[in-house]
Amino acid sequence: MKKRKFGLALSLVLAAGTILGACGNSEESSNEGDSEKDNFTVAMVTDTGGVDDKSFNQSAWEGLQAFGEENGLEKGKDGYNYLQSESDADYTTNLNQLVRQDFDVIYGIGFLLESAVKEAAEQNPDSNFAIVDSVVDADNVASITFKEHEGSFLVGVIAGLQSKSNKIGFVGGVESELIKKFEIGFRAGVESVNPDADVQVKYTGSFSDASLGKATAEAMYKSGTDIIYHAAGATGNGVFTEAKNIKKNDPDKEVWVIGVDKDQSAEGAIDGTDLNVTLTSMVKRVDLAVKQVATEAKEGNFPGGEIVEFGLDADGVDIAPTTDNLSEDMIKSVDEYKEKIKNGEIKVPATDKELEEFLK
Amino acid sequence: MYKRLSNILIPVIAVILGLIAGAIVMLVSGYSPVDGYIALWEGIFSDTYFMGETIRQVTPYILAGLAVAFAFRTGLFNIGVEGQFLMGWLASVWIGTLFTELPRIIHLPLAVLAAAVAGALWAFIPGLLKAKYRVHEVITTIMMNYISLHVVNYIISNVLTDRSDKTETIAASATLRSEFFAALTDNSRLHWGFAIAIAGAIIMWFLLEKTTKGYELKAVGFNQHASEYAGISVNKNIVYAMLISGAFAGLAGAMEGLGTFGYIGVKGAHTGVGFDGIAVALLGANTAIGVVLAALLFGGLKYGSLNMPLETGIPTEIIDVVIALIIFFVASSYIIRVVISKFSKKKGVE
Repeated sequence: MKKRKFGLALSLVLAAGTILGACGNSEESSNEGDSEKDNFTVAMVTDTGGVDDKSFNQSAWEGLQAFGEENGLEKGKDGYNYLQSESDADYTTNLNQLVRQDFDVIYGIGFLLESAVKEAAEQNPDSNFAIVDSVVDADNVASITFKEHEGSFLVGVIAGLQSKSNKIGFVGGVESELIKKFEIGFRAGVESVNPDADVQVKYTGSFSDASLGKATAEAMYKSGTDIIYHAAGATGNGVFTEAKNIKKNDPDKEVWVIGVDKDQSAEGAIDGTDLNVTLTSMVKRVDLAVKQVATEAKEGNFPGGEIVEFGLDADGVDIAPTTDNLSEDMIKSVDEYKEKIKNGEIKVPATDKELEEFLK
Repeated sequence: MYKRLSNILIPVIAVILGLIAGAIVMLVSGYSPVDGYIALWEGIFSDTYFMGETIRQVTPYILAGLAVAFAFRTGLFNIGVEGQFLMGWLASVWIGTLFTELPRIIHLPLAVLAAAVAGALWAFIPGLLKAKYRVHEVITTIMMNYISLHVVNYIISNVLTDRSDKTETIAASATLRSEFFAALTDNSRLHWGFAIAIAGAIIMWFLLEKTTKGYELKAVGFNQHASEYAGISVNKNIVYAMLISGAFAGLAGAMEGLGTFGYIGVKGAHTGVGFDGIAVALLGANTAIGVVLAALLFGGLKYGSLNMPLETGIPTEIIDVVIALIIFFVASSYIIRVVISKFSKKKGVE
């Protein structure tokens, strides 16, 4: 008896499932009809940092929102949208999900998505993709990269001028060609204005471990370092925490942090005081880049197969607009160096080898 | 008869309770649960691509679940599936990238075997410690997870590559993927691994239910002293059990290494597959068929939910809560089961 009841329940569930499935299908086909509209649609897939990482994922999303606003689009399937990746297995499926919704340009944010974008681009030659911070060689992929070394050079100049102890630190995330650009540019900048300064470089091996960042910063500050430049994502938040702790206990002590990717002056503010440990930040305008590629694509000039590089000249990288902790002289020399980089007088190195030549 | 029915009925009730709880959360936060669940359903079944990807997601869950379930049936709580999984993943990719000239018929089985051996060896250490010194396996396996994570990261960036964040892609002769499945499912990453997973489930069932060795393993799990009295070597069987459990976990790693990804990257944290395996095993009542069904549910929820933000606009955070609630209820079915079995036992005494 019980068994029969159970069988009935099971078949009911199955029947309901089929009916629901059928509903879904009819709805989907009507939606597809809608998306045939002439709206130009854009969407992005974040890496595992998520859309509110206070870093480049967030910046990219701001770029898409700005593009949407400019073109009267709404968030959703027929405008602009994003998908978050919970793990690295989701990159490919999220990209394919967006392909299926016929988005006109699909962004992969971050070099972690490189192989996923490559695969999706091969399988879907009719869709347009863009990848930020990496290069994918395919006709339907626009590769957006930044001259991080140029921006890092400028903050290096500031660090070189500011340092009293002539001991400067660099804290990186996972060592890679990309993060190396930050380190080399920074070292070149310090060296240009202060050849006596010593830059200590430490890679933590993680972009998401704030406690590790704190421990690394603690060791550096203890050894007399007075400025740390971090290029380590959320690991860098620990550098801020450590610097703020030191400054809180001893407001006269010289401890500074240089932020990365966006203006991190808010991260350096010490609650209840006017003190701020953020000296400056190296901002990378992912939002501008994302928006520009979307605009070009909308006008029919999608830069597929090209590497679109954003440097100082296109305002792709720069120092942060907040300059409260900088002296007039520093801002002046930053402007001078900016000019020199723009007109090609200085070629900022990006690799170990180039740095060696630069120092000669 | 009653036990069998409750074995099926309890998880079903738990899933339904979970779905209702999830619906309430969606309602409270101002979204339509009907649309939400339709999107979930469609995210699994509306397209051959989705179906292929769902099976791809399910495959490592089955093997991770089998690893936990097997250990559990022999009286061991293997929390270290995650670590053994990473070791298996690394070993499979290592063998997959090491040779380039081998024919597929040798290379692929070799890579799969390497993963199983790596997982088994990683599980061997806690097994040995338990057998020799009675160190509790929960503590050692948890610690081995962290050791594994960092050892794997070190090997990737210092041994397999020169300071890179991921390895080369494996040779074509070692991949589990097939053109046939890709064509069948619209370029999804479905691969032959599900056949390995099903075979794994059959092997576990056969081993535990139909062989003398399996009987010994289970006996040790039920009562060590009685087993010893009956002439079964408890220590040996503990080590065997951990080896077999670790081999299943290593195979789960091979699914990622040879199927889904084809490479292994530096990990900032654990992947969670091994930990989900614990829930899969408990939900599946530690039986082979139960694990397969539970893995289907887990993988389906995980994968189908990816479709929800795009179709319905429900924020990812809410979806995470809904999925977690469903899993919560499903996992607590184990509690319900324990309560009911105790209850019915008392009745039996009277």
